[in-house]
Amino acid sequence: MLAESLALSAVLFGIGVVGVLTRRNAIILFMCVELMLNAVNLSFVALSKLYGATGQVFVVFVMTVAAAEAAVGLAIIIAIFRHRQSVNLDDINLLKG
Amino acid sequence: MHTELPATGHPLGDTVARLAWLIPLLPLLGFVINGALALRAAAVPGPADPSAAGHTGHGTDAHAHGHDASHDAHHAARHPAARLVSLVGPGVLLAAFGLAAATFVAMRSAGEAMHAPYVLTLFSWLPTGTLSLDAALQLDQLSMVMVLIITGIGTLIHLFSVGYMQDDPGYPRYFAYLNLFVFFMLILVMGASYPMMFIGWEGVGLCSYLLIGFWFTEEANANAGKKAFIVNRIGDFGFLIAMFLLFSNLGVLDYAGVTAGAAELQMGGALVTAVCLFLFLGATGKSAQIPLYVWLPDAMAGPTPVSALIHAATMVTAGVYMIARSASLFSLAPFAQLTVAVVGALTAVFAATIGLKQWDIKKVLAYSTVSQLGYMFVGVGVGAYTAGVFHLMTHAFFKALLFLGSGSVIYAMHHAYHATHAHADAQDMRNMGGLRAYMPITSTLMWIATLAIAGIPPFSGFFSKDEILASVFARTQHSTLAEASWLGVPGSVVLYGVYALGLAAALMTAVYMTRMMLYTFHGPNRTGTAEQAHLHEAPWIMTGPLIVLGALSLFGGLFNLPTLVGGSMSEGLHHWLEPVVGAGTLQVTHGEPAHLAHATEYVLIGVAVLIAVTGIVLAWTRLKPAELVPADQAPVERGIQRVLLNKWFVDETYDRTIVQPTLGLSRTLLWKGIDAGLIDGVLVNGSALLARGLGWVGAQFQTGRVGTYAWVLVLGAVAVLAAFSFR
Amino acid sequence: MDNTFHPLFYGFHFYLFSLIAIASALLFVTRKSPVAAALWLINVMFCLAALYVMLDAQFIGAIQVLVYAGAIMVVFLFVVMLLNLGRPGELADIRGLAPRLVAGGVGLALLAEVMVLARTRFPAQPLPAAAVGRLSAQGAGGVIAPVAGPLFREHLLAFELTSILLLAAIVGAVVIGKTREAGDAR
Repeated sequence: MLAESLALSAVLFGIGVVGVLTRRNAIILFMCVELMLNAVNLSFVALSKLYGATGQVFVVFVMTVAAAEAAVGLAIIIAIFRHRQSVNLDDINLLKG
Repeated sequence: MHTELPATGHPLGDTVARLAWLIPLLPLLGFVINGALALRAAAVPGPADPSAAGHTGHGTDAHAHGHDASHDAHHAARHPAARLVSLVGPGVLLAAFGLAAATFVAMRSAGEAMHAPYVLTLFSWLPTGTLSLDAALQLDQLSMVMVLIITGIGTLIHLFSVGYMQDDPGYPRYFAYLNLFVFFMLILVMGASYPMMFIGWEGVGLCSYLLIGFWFTEEANANAGKKAFIVNRIGDFGFLIAMFLLFSNLGVLDYAGVTAGAAELQMGGALVTAVCLFLFLGATGKSAQIPLYVWLPDAMAGPTPVSALIHAATMVTAGVYMIARSASLFSLAPFAQLTVAVVGALTAVFAATIGLKQWDIKKVLAYSTVSQLGYMFVGVGVGAYTAGVFHLMTHAFFKALLFLGSGSVIYAMHHAYHATHAHADAQDMRNMGGLRAYMPITSTLMWIATLAIAGIPPFSGFFSKDEILASVFARTQHSTLAEASWLGVPGSVVLYGVYALGLAAALMTAVYMTRMMLYTFHGPNRTGTAEQAHLHEAPWIMTGPLIVLGALSLFGGLFNLPTLVGGSMSEGLHHWLEPVVGAGTLQVTHGEPAHLAHATEYVLIGVAVLIAVTGIVLAWTRLKPAELVPADQAPVERGIQRVLLNKWFVDETYDRTIVQPTLGLSRTLLWKGIDAGLIDGVLVNGSALLARGLGWVGAQFQTGRVGTYAWVLVLGAVAVLAAFSFR
Repeated sequence: MDNTFHPLFYGFHFYLFSLIAIASALLFVTRKSPVAAALWLINVMFCLAALYVMLDAQFIGAIQVLVYAGAIMVVFLFVVMLLNLGRPGELADIRGLAPRLVAGGVGLALLAEVMVLARTRFPAQPLPAAAVGRLSAQGAGGVIAPVAGPLFREHLLAFELTSILLLAAIVGAVVIGKTREAGDAR
């Protein structure tokens, strides 16, 4: 099951990448990133069967950080939305230069 | 600084010769002092030296050829430091001459023991591995002769200059440059290796430039200075190539080493011929032979004593000295020797033809110098090194006398025009005439010099010129030259041709010199009645050196009388120089001293004297000074007269074929193409544009949009993984 | 777990959940409506939770449902609701055909590279059992103890740092998300 788990992890990660590249809605983009994180979690868990509990410990940390990141990121999106009335990433280009 | 004595203890080791390093150093000291005085006084306002303030030209000399303009009304003011300079300038020269004389005496007393040169190593100059050069001075018989000539005649000319340049605002600068020149010239002749000679070589070129362009506010004078320097440089290129060849093949560059190494070289081989030809190229530049003589007539733009010292007595003789010094090399290369002799003979004739038709008194003397230098090269070219050096010596005497005498004449003419506020050319012979009545001493002395240069016995020039021609004639048989061939022509035929050209040049020499004297000192005076009241003899400070030179021109032949007439006193210079050039001389004549049968010698002497007398008589009877008109009313010349007056249009030809194409090439290719186009455009502006372009490309990535950044990030990650996958 | 059940049973369910996860993920990235996308993502997470349980990471499976699907995705949906982004019509934000194809190609490339690297780099043999702390349901603490033990012992520092991170995130989220009032200092 290890190889299949890792393959699944890679596929999900790839789908997450495609999503990041394709979507313009900031919130959906965020969710694609979450998908990528989940794929990596799966990798960790699958390998922890082989290498011990450290993998699962790391998954705990990943989830924690993902939660923190989601909170802060969504707060930022809300703040931007208040200014521009849009979450379309193509419109948020003040850093152009 | 330390002196090194050879292990065997040179006989000169514990004599005054140990102090020989002072001989060049004294003039250098004079340069420093005079230079400091020149700079100091330049800061003081007042009648300014042209080099100090930016004052424009005098305005009197609208002539295309700049010349002596020192006695212009606007600048007749004595320099404040003039007295000190008058003491220091000639003083250091006199001291150097005294020391040189003392060294000469020591060398004479050493006598037979003096068979090797005395080398005084001062310091290690370039200790770079295989090439280790020392700053060393070499005292031997040849350098002693040159040192005595330089310091002796130099002193006389310095004294003359005290009078001649007394009203010039650039007085200290003049003596500073003159002293510096003497320093470099002494380094040239006293150096113990080719690089030391080259330092002196370049230094005298520099001083020549500085002194020719002394009154540089006139553009013509500055151009003359530049021309001298640039043409010299072409010759220096040849000198350098010769040194490179010598070093790469013999591994040494000092005279002792080269002489020793020359023994290994093959007679007539390609290497030694190449070295000698390149050395001769250098000599043609410095000693004004074909094709690099064109600077010397223009050099007359400098003060007349400069012309006397540099362009008659010393600098232009450097080439002759160089060939005499390289006797061991030249004697191994008959082809090079014949080339030297042929070029010398052609130059002698060519310059003499031009001298026949010049109106400027200094130009006549300039072409005469070029012609006489040709004789010297003929002498050293055929391996008669002593004869060449002897003519060098006597020529120094009478040519310096001629130049200084003409300086006195120009001085008088200037003062006359100055007094009457006329603006005619003080150097044009058409404005002179009958000056014998006003300047008898100068006239007599210049006649002595004229007879000497024409080759009338018993004046010095006769002996030296005759010895050269006799040497040429003697080597038509039984010599390496006669057996060699020059561009397909047998050597003996070439030598007969050289001899014939020598006679032709002698005839023309007599003619143009007599012409000069006739137009200047005899016949009716064309200067103008108003000026006549102001024509007079030059002050004694100027005439005194002339008298000394006159005596030398008269009795100078005693230095090297031919055995025919001299008896026990004969061949003095020959015996003196034997340790240095004797071996080289004998090598040309297969080991036996060249000698002619007495009858042949008498015939040759007779022919030479006959030609000289014919020339004088021809000029005296055929030329009519009374028919001359002053320069501004003179008719335009036609035909061959015009060609000779315009110096065979050589300068114009050089300009059209060499100078303009080089300028054009420089302008289009080097300036516009490479400098403006390539370096400025491509390299400088181009790199700026490249940086801007790269920056623009980089800026395109900064869209400020997260989407773009995500793309780049992912693509980058894919690329990195790809690199790992394909490893 | 795999040694207590029939391998076929185990394998069938493993592939079932995997396929559902992949299908859900594909549907997730192609939905126009953020709400629909969020729900499909939650489905993916459920499948992953099932897989975790099957891989003997029961605790992880549990907190996957509780935290990820139950808390994080809920926050996402809250924000979608707050910003009133639910209607699909005005949110057609998927790019044109060409970028999608290129993105798909890039994704496939990524996948291929990972496969290549995994095959060549992955060790052929598993490590000896003694070096590996095998998880088992026996012993005190059950299935949680093997995870909690290292968490509070070897990785205590990381644990504490993570809690500080959470604190910072909380504060940051509140500060950034707060509506600015006229009297607020910047």
